[in-house]
Amino acid sequence: MKKIYSVLVENRSGVLSKVSGLFARRCFNIESLAVGETDDPNVSVMTIVSSGDMRTIEQIEKQLNKKLDVIKVKTFDEDMSICRELMLLKVKYNKSNRREIMEICDAMKAEIVDMSRNLMIIQICDRPERTKMLIKLLAQVSIVEIARTGTLALSKCENE
Amino acid sequence: MTGADVMAKCLEAENTRVVFGYPGVAICPFFDAMSNTDIDMVLVRTEQNAGHMASGYARSTGQVGVCAVTSGPGATNLLTGIATAYADSIPLVCISGQVETDQLGSDVFQEADVTGAAESFVKYSYLIKDVKDIPRAFKEAFHIANSGRRGPVLIDVPADIQKAQIQSFKYPEEVSLRTYKPTVKGHIQQIKKAVAELTKAKRPLICAGGGVFLSDAQDELQSFVERHRIPLVTTMMGIGVLPTGHELNFGMIGNNGCIQATRAMSECDMLIMVGARVADRAVKQPDLIMEHKVLVHIDVDPAEIGKNVGPTIPIVGDAKYVFKDFDTIDFDIDTSEWVDTLKGYRKLPGGRKVPEGYIDPADFVKSLSTAMDEDAIYVADVGQNQIWSCRNVNVKKGRFFTTGGMGTMGYAIPAAIGAKIADKKRQVVAVCGDGGFQMSMCELAVLKQEELSVKVVVLKNNYLGMVREFQHFNLNDNYEMVDLPDYPNLKYLAKAYDMDYIRLDKKEEQADAIKDFLSEKGSALMEVVIDPLDTVRYASH
Repeated sequence: MKKIYSVLVENRSGVLSKVSGLFARRCFNIESLAVGETDDPNVSVMTIVSSGDMRTIEQIEKQLNKKLDVIKVKTFDEDMSICRELMLLKVKYNKSNRREIMEICDAMKAEIVDMSRNLMIIQICDRPERTKMLIKLLAQVSIVEIARTGTLALSKCENE
Repeated sequence: MTGADVMAKCLEAENTRVVFGYPGVAICPFFDAMSNTDIDMVLVRTEQNAGHMASGYARSTGQVGVCAVTSGPGATNLLTGIATAYADSIPLVCISGQVETDQLGSDVFQEADVTGAAESFVKYSYLIKDVKDIPRAFKEAFHIANSGRRGPVLIDVPADIQKAQIQSFKYPEEVSLRTYKPTVKGHIQQIKKAVAELTKAKRPLICAGGGVFLSDAQDELQSFVERHRIPLVTTMMGIGVLPTGHELNFGMIGNNGCIQATRAMSECDMLIMVGARVADRAVKQPDLIMEHKVLVHIDVDPAEIGKNVGPTIPIVGDAKYVFKDFDTIDFDIDTSEWVDTLKGYRKLPGGRKVPEGYIDPADFVKSLSTAMDEDAIYVADVGQNQIWSCRNVNVKKGRFFTTGGMGTMGYAIPAAIGAKIADKKRQVVAVCGDGGFQMSMCELAVLKQEELSVKVVVLKNNYLGMVREFQHFNLNDNYEMVDLPDYPNLKYLAKAYDMDYIRLDKKEEQADAIKDFLSEKGSALMEVVIDPLDTVRYASH
């Protein structure tokens, strides 16, 4: 079962290692982890996507709450939330496939944000399954590098 | 005033009476400042034992145990002590010196990232980077260590911070931690639900763990047990929550427990677990054993509830408060038939046969603990000696210490020293095997240095007995890495440390030997010769 944990933490040195270390030590899975400052510079938010059985999912929340640098944990399902991921893809192209790549980008609402004679950087900001889909579609082209934020998520307004 | 002076003043403000430690350059400013206080400083022989002594001290007093070591190897040596306290939920504040701030991360002499290394077995840790942060960190550390689920807190202080100047010292009056507010009062609706189930139960049972001691709830528990006549079993860490001879105390559960306790666990129809974490050694297959039972789980740590078994009624709270609330609700149950059944199990056939020339360790533990003072402290080490101790110890109004969570060999001697320093009038006896004894025998020097009278028993079988037993039952008697030849000679060793020495190998001399041993004025070492091939398995109560 997949769960998203939105974790407010004290913005102190070492806090990322404490949280990720907890997942490693207790054999909890991390599918993605994204960290950023909130409107309060003393507080950061970590968005962690994890999965496991019922007991694991409950333990993750409880163990996170036990960490003294953790202020608040919100746990929700994907369908209860708005999820986005930003991804940058550097791909090698040539005359014969340039057209096709541009069509894929069009269809996926991805943008070409940088270009040279044989390389381009494609940017997509979309639901995680759509970023995954783009990778799949561009698989026959040679992907040189990928950078992704991991899933960012907020629970839907109606759930508040 | 320096940072080190501030650290010393913080300990004074916390009413710390003793610090167990070992020096090194990186912690020297702190020790230097401590000489201006009335706090006793106890020099250990290796840093791990500073942690264990602080643990024995904390368990005896209910106050935070404090230890201080230097950077690098000093700090890494202490890690086992910290991990042991964490597994057993013992409140410690551990202070470590660190290399100077501008050298952090450059692998200079005696640098180790101790806050990083200890992260998964401390309740919290601080690496102080500004001298102004010292009072707040100490105030928080003592509060965190000794509230909620108890545990060790580490404060790592670089040497330049200890030497840094600061204008004045002001100790914070209160702690404000937005992320840490443990629930101590149990939810009254949950407590009422538990009572409703209790009135329906035919065979209710309480299983008490070390958490009962940590919340100082022995009296509340005893009055609840006696008022409603609910039988009780304990985990290893819970031994002595009720006197072991109490008619409603049916002993220790688990794979090394007593028969009647194990049967009580499997036959009860309602189980109240309190301050116990349903660990693997206590309850082997939690889901299986909890089938067809109503399980109430009381713990101050919400993460323990449901970790190993899903309870019917979870109650998050401190045992003392929860039992006080239980006491406000009137209800009647009749458990007489169930109690009689359990009493019958005490008479199940058992008995041990011990070859000539050896002492029966089970019988020895019984006689020793019965001869001990009413309020004495019995500290068991780890291994076969621990199991014989757990099954046979007679705890009257005293205490029984052992490390049930981590199982760290060598715990008994330093923990006994810590307990003795906590209250010099109290009788303290450490019982070890010959393996664990050799892991911490260096601390015998501390007994003399601090003029303490601690009695040390070595159950001697010339083997690492617990492992030999494992190899006997599981590895076709392939005794590898378990032989302990007859060295050191304990008689000479006792002489070297200026201790009285008694050797016991004849059953008929046991009673007198124990009497002499306990009445020695100073520290004494007793060598008890036991059968090398004896096993704890299948040996009954």
